[in-house]
Amino acid sequence: MESVGRLDHNHQLSLNDLPYIVRWEDPRCTRCGRCTAVCPVRAIEPGVFEKRLVESTGPIPLPTTVRKVVSGVRQVTDIRRRCIGCATCRLVCPNDAIRPEFNPANKFNWHINQEGEPYKRGGRRNDPGVSTLDQLKFTRISMLTDPALDAGRHEFRVRTYLGRNLPPEQLPLRVEGDSLVKDGTPFIPPVREIFPIRIGGMSVGALSPHMWEGLAMGVAYLNEVERIPVVMCTGEGGMPPRLLKSPFLKYFILQIASGYFGWDEIIHAVPEMQCDPAAIEIKYGQGAKPGDGGLLMAAKVLKHIARIRGVPEYVDLASPPTHQTKYSIEEAVAKMITSMSMLFGFRVPVYPKISGTKTALAVLNNLARNPFAAALTIDGEDGGTGAAYTVSLDKMGHPIASNLRECYLNLVKIGKQNELPLFAAGGVGKSGNLAANAAALIMLGASGADCGKYIMQAAAGCLGDERNRCNICNTGKCPRGITTQDPKLYRRLDPDKVAERVVDVFVAADKELRKIFAPMGRSTELPIGMSDGLSVADKAVADRLQIAYAC
Amino acid sequence: MCRLAAIISNEYFSPMENILALETMKEGHDGSGLGLILRDLGGEFEDLKEFPVLSAITTEKGFYDLDQFMVSRGFRTKHMWEPELSPNPGPTVERHDRYIVKAFEYPDHIRDKPFEEKAEFLLRTRLEIRAMGERDGGSIRVFSFWPDVVTLKAVGDPLEVGEFFGLDKKPIPARVVFAQGRQNTNYAINLYACHPFFIQGVFTMTNGENTAFVPIREYLTSRGEPGYVGYNSDSEVFAHILHFMRYRLGYPLPYYKDVITPLKDEEMEGRPDADALRLMKRSLRMLTIDGPNCVIGCDRDGTVFMVQDAKKLRPGVVGGVRGRVGLMSEVCGLTAAVPDRDTEKDVFPMKYDFVAVRPGAEEIETWNQLDGSTTTISLA
Ligand code: SF4
Ligand code: SF4
Repeated sequence: MESVGRLDHNHQLSLNDLPYIVRWEDPRCTRCGRCTAVCPVRAIEPGVFEKRLVESTGPIPLPTTVRKVVSGVRQVTDIRRRCIGCATCRLVCPNDAIRPEFNPANKFNWHINQEGEPYKRGGRRNDPGVSTLDQLKFTRISMLTDPALDAGRHEFRVRTYLGRNLPPEQLPLRVEGDSLVKDGTPFIPPVREIFPIRIGGMSVGALSPHMWEGLAMGVAYLNEVERIPVVMCTGEGGMPPRLLKSPFLKYFILQIASGYFGWDEIIHAVPEMQCDPAAIEIKYGQGAKPGDGGLLMAAKVLKHIARIRGVPEYVDLASPPTHQTKYSIEEAVAKMITSMSMLFGFRVPVYPKISGTKTALAVLNNLARNPFAAALTIDGEDGGTGAAYTVSLDKMGHPIASNLRECYLNLVKIGKQNELPLFAAGGVGKSGNLAANAAALIMLGASGADCGKYIMQAAAGCLGDERNRCNICNTGKCPRGITTQDPKLYRRLDPDKVAERVVDVFVAADKELRKIFAPMGRSTELPIGMSDGLSVADKAVADRLQIAYAC
Repeated sequence: MCRLAAIISNEYFSPMENILALETMKEGHDGSGLGLILRDLGGEFEDLKEFPVLSAITTEKGFYDLDQFMVSRGFRTKHMWEPELSPNPGPTVERHDRYIVKAFEYPDHIRDKPFEEKAEFLLRTRLEIRAMGERDGGSIRVFSFWPDVVTLKAVGDPLEVGEFFGLDKKPIPARVVFAQGRQNTNYAINLYACHPFFIQGVFTMTNGENTAFVPIREYLTSRGEPGYVGYNSDSEVFAHILHFMRYRLGYPLPYYKDVITPLKDEEMEGRPDADALRLMKRSLRMLTIDGPNCVIGCDRDGTVFMVQDAKKLRPGVVGGVRGRVGLMSEVCGLTAAVPDRDTEKDVFPMKYDFVAVRPGAEEIETWNQLDGSTTTISLA
């Protein structure tokens, strides 16, 4: 046996250490080169192999063995160029000659921190387990003692309120004769009536122009043609100026985050706006990477992005983890909410978004006391991101279900469950069950739910999953053209197709929500907090969420 | 299904008439209990209208404790009615030790206070008694404590219960009587789960199952109102919603319909008070019901009403003659109670209707939620 010292390749990794192994089938391959050309990480390259072949060339069979040098496809073992399992090679291969295969025994996590740089990526928590939301079942089915509704024929109102609802005791109403009349013109907080599933904040910059445009077109179509009032949040990074001054602005929630990217442009556009935005979201935290600010890598800061954001080209744009001015919730956060409200003449709901955290209750209690706080969005650990340290993604954060439930029950305790709507995000549709997850959150007490990754997967075919497939959104090399600013890549994505799929998703979700609510006998109002409708086959989860245990 | 029989009249009548109406409507195993609320009392209570009447069921020990408690709170007994219990109750009747209907003199410190203060005091006292009874596992069950109102509840076939109470021989006559003929068969039998439900002078009874019960209950209990407790039945919230919108928010009675089944936004345009409706709908979202429910209620001033949910609807009919109107779950019950009426004038409340009959029962008013108009049927 050779001593270890003589093994030339000892410092290198073998394919068995990598998360995905590329299976290439020589006999099928015609050497067209499409796979190597398309691979976003250059994990495969043309290679030469020496091959033993049996040939018979004469008029009568006379097999002889020859050795030949042939070209083919070789997978590289450099960890920085590891195969990410995206399967774009398979997508383009005309002969089905190549495919990636997940290698569960990989040693990826042990080697990825090359040169002392921790692993950064996009995507979501790499946990393929069944989420709490997916464990919840709807078990209060109307049977005999109360008739179920017909999801297809009855009228349903699948709508929710974004904005602060005054408590009835404070409504400016007085009795005149036999009637109630509005008394004077007091301040009534702005409230939007929206579809209870929103598209969560994904920025221009993180998303490619085609992706963003596709989402925006889909949302506009849903509102104007399908009459489903879906709203979408811009994420941090502003909006294309033309859209800011368009009548479609009302379908967008403008996000302001700690880097204030895009707000120079927004503020300048205010005098020319034709309508108000749907709401303003002040992002204080993100479920996927709690305690971290937004991150847009230099590779994605091209000219058009630099313009919208008001920054130089090709620089890393790291938003600070917190708003500089945020030194106290009673004062600084309240001031920010008031300033943003003031910008739009108190006609636009302004609310904070925080990441799921044990301290959510403290935030909530403060917001409950602030008459200008329009809502609270809590983003749980299963949320997605365009770029983050994997340690943040995988190990930081709070699951959404118990966080949301705790907050709702606290609002019930203080009687403000209808006053301050809660929106829940993070893992909604993680396993493809968008409507069911949203309905479960609603019954736990949410006024609505946000989705991000789901819509990227459903509308644009994002390849990411919980086994770290793809997830290179941070590099600007998105093979689907979703999270890239490289025209060569984003031209792969047809914005019209994206828009069509966005419409499909929401029309279907609307039907599915009815299919859930109808057998439970609910149709007139969203069953917010109807926790008797839910149960779970895990006693500890049932106790924590204060719902029934059923098995 | 619960059978409901309410009668409002300009003359005193016996609650036995309601029970007989229930008997006509009875089918299957729904005659499992009886709940009665009598308002505007006659007979021996006719001259005691301003004195609060306590209605309760107690054990012997509870009876004694209750007496002590009332004395300690400064109440003096003014009059007491005890049913002449039949010595041979029907087989379905569940007998309790003592049935108490007692009118009290207000304690000195409250006697000259405004009525609102008295109302709060009566509520607090009733809740204290309830808590006392619950502490030792049910020695006292108290149903109402209010001037000119009596509540009787029992498990058993309504007719047998009526005879057991001797209502056929020596009734308390009243001008408004609500009767409900079923224990809550969906859940464990519990006298507190039996309709009608009462709070501070208003009461309701309901047919159907309230699918929005949990969020409504949570909303009511979070209002900081001590009286919003109980909820042994999902129908109790209907009484509390009525109380909340009338006596906490001060809305006129027909708005009860707008609270429990708000109009769609586009429908509101037809109403002159659309601005107010829009605000109410948002702020009272948690009180929206989805039915299926038919609610019969009575306001403090003795106006009785019937209202349906907006989608599924349960049976319900209002009809009668001048001076006597029935609000029933079925026509046969109404015919038993008011046989000589003109059936052409019967009203079957639909999706947008709020049907009310004022004291005196001269006419039936149907208020239309869509346009806010009222149609009045004068009775002959
Ligand atoms: S699966 Fe994707 S990363 Fe892997 S070789 Fe194919 S194209 Fe390259
Ligand atoms: S397909 Fe694009 S957006 Fe999806 S995980 Fe890959 S890089 Fe990210």
